[in-house]
Amino acid sequence: MAACSIEDVLAKAEQDEAEKLKSITVQKELDIEFDIGNLVAYDKNRIDIRQFREQKKDDFLRSLARDNTQLLINEIWKHPTERVEEVIVVKLPEPTTALPREKPPPKPRPPTKWEEFAKLKGIQKKKKTNLVWDDVAKNELHRLRNIARAQKIKVPGVGLTPTAQQSTTDLSRAVNVAKVSTASAGKFQDRLPKEKAPRNTGKKRKFQPVIGNFSSEKQRQLDLLKVMDSKKPRLDVNKAVNKQMREDDREESAAKFRKGGKKGRKGGNFSGKGKGKGGGGKGRAGGKGQGPPGGKKGAGKR
Amino acid sequence: MCDTFLLSVHSIGENIKHLVDRPDGTYCFRLHNDRVYYISETILKLATNISRGKLVSVGTCFGKFTKTIKFRLHITALDFLAPYAKFKVWVKPGQEQSFLYGNHVLKSGLGRITENTNQYQGVVVYSMADVPLGFGVAAKSTQECRRVDPMSIVVFHQADIGEFIRSEDTLT
Repeated sequence: MAACSIEDVLAKAEQDEAEKLKSITVQKELDIEFDIGNLVAYDKNRIDIRQFREQKKDDFLRSLARDNTQLLINEIWKHPTERVEEVIVVKLPEPTTALPREKPPPKPRPPTKWEEFAKLKGIQKKKKTNLVWDDVAKNELHRLRNIARAQKIKVPGVGLTPTAQQSTTDLSRAVNVAKVSTASAGKFQDRLPKEKAPRNTGKKRKFQPVIGNFSSEKQRQLDLLKVMDSKKPRLDVNKAVNKQMREDDREESAAKFRKGGKKGRKGGNFSGKGKGKGGGGKGRAGGKGQGPPGGKKGAGKR
Repeated sequence: MCDTFLLSVHSIGENIKHLVDRPDGTYCFRLHNDRVYYISETILKLATNISRGKLVSVGTCFGKFTKTIKFRLHITALDFLAPYAKFKVWVKPGQEQSFLYGNHVLKSGLGRITENTNQYQGVVVYSMADVPLGFGVAAKSTQECRRVDPMSIVVFHQADIGEFIRSEDTLT
């Protein structure tokens, strides 16, 4: 009995050892597929139904799982490893399995106000044609311009001669020029009900260049200063005479009104269009102290 | 614009043709962004290398044109205009500080004033030690100044050297 038990014990010990040192190699009919990126192994082997029925279900499944896991880990170890803070780490490759969407696909965004408007009006995106400058035509143009200059013929400005593609600005400019080209310089030309007044009309202010002739600039300024320095005020004789006459007229009518007022009220007969009082007031203040410096001189010059 | 500028400067001092016509070089006035700058020719030529939008200031700023095209003299012009001042006003030491803070000059602070100053005449304000303090406009003519009571304003403040500290950021 003891011998039997010893044998049994030994056999059991052997069996345990064998189990522990079970080979890490696993034999499979079909090689299993791996997706190491997702740490997945696909075992497409057929399951032996007889074996499944004979063994305990748990054991069968456990052994199957153990085999497959062993294969998976074998595969993982095939990849390059590195040591990160005392731990050996495997660099996983890119996953190969296509996973389904996590979130629903994005809905098409609603059309913008412009897109709706364009659809409503049927506006299509128009690409500007690639117009290239024609060299031959340029020569012709220059030749004609030279002829015009030589014979002193007046040629209308750019944009006024009709060309193929005229933009809105060109057309509006042409319209404005046409409007002004009447005998009264466009003063009596009516505008269409919704037409707007033309912009940018008016004389363009011309400035002297920044670095012009320094000596001429100096001369101009010195002359200006000389005029300002001269003691006698530059009298505009005409203006002065008119002013004097106006004053005299005002005084006359004021005197008449006073006389008329004494006899019998002639109400509403304000002399000098109500300027009588204002003019008199100004005259008084002017006598006391002079206005802003050089005001009178300035007025004369301007 | 040239005449408005020259007029207002001329009212301050006679002989400013010495500013225009200088023996030691050609200087000129240039208008940039509503401000008038006094620059030498050499600096002007260098300044043309900077684009108009990026150019902040050149030479000495004399003043600027306001939105209603009136010329306003700045304190930075004092060094140039003070020697040519025609009409001067001297302020008493007590009122000096007040003027430097931007207040007008009252009759009580008036030390001296040049004879024949007209009303609203541009003047240069000095301290009693003949140190130029700034610009002003005479509120009353010399004759009136004599008669008026001590609390009334005699010189309107226009610019003072205290502005170099007060408006440091905006002074070009």
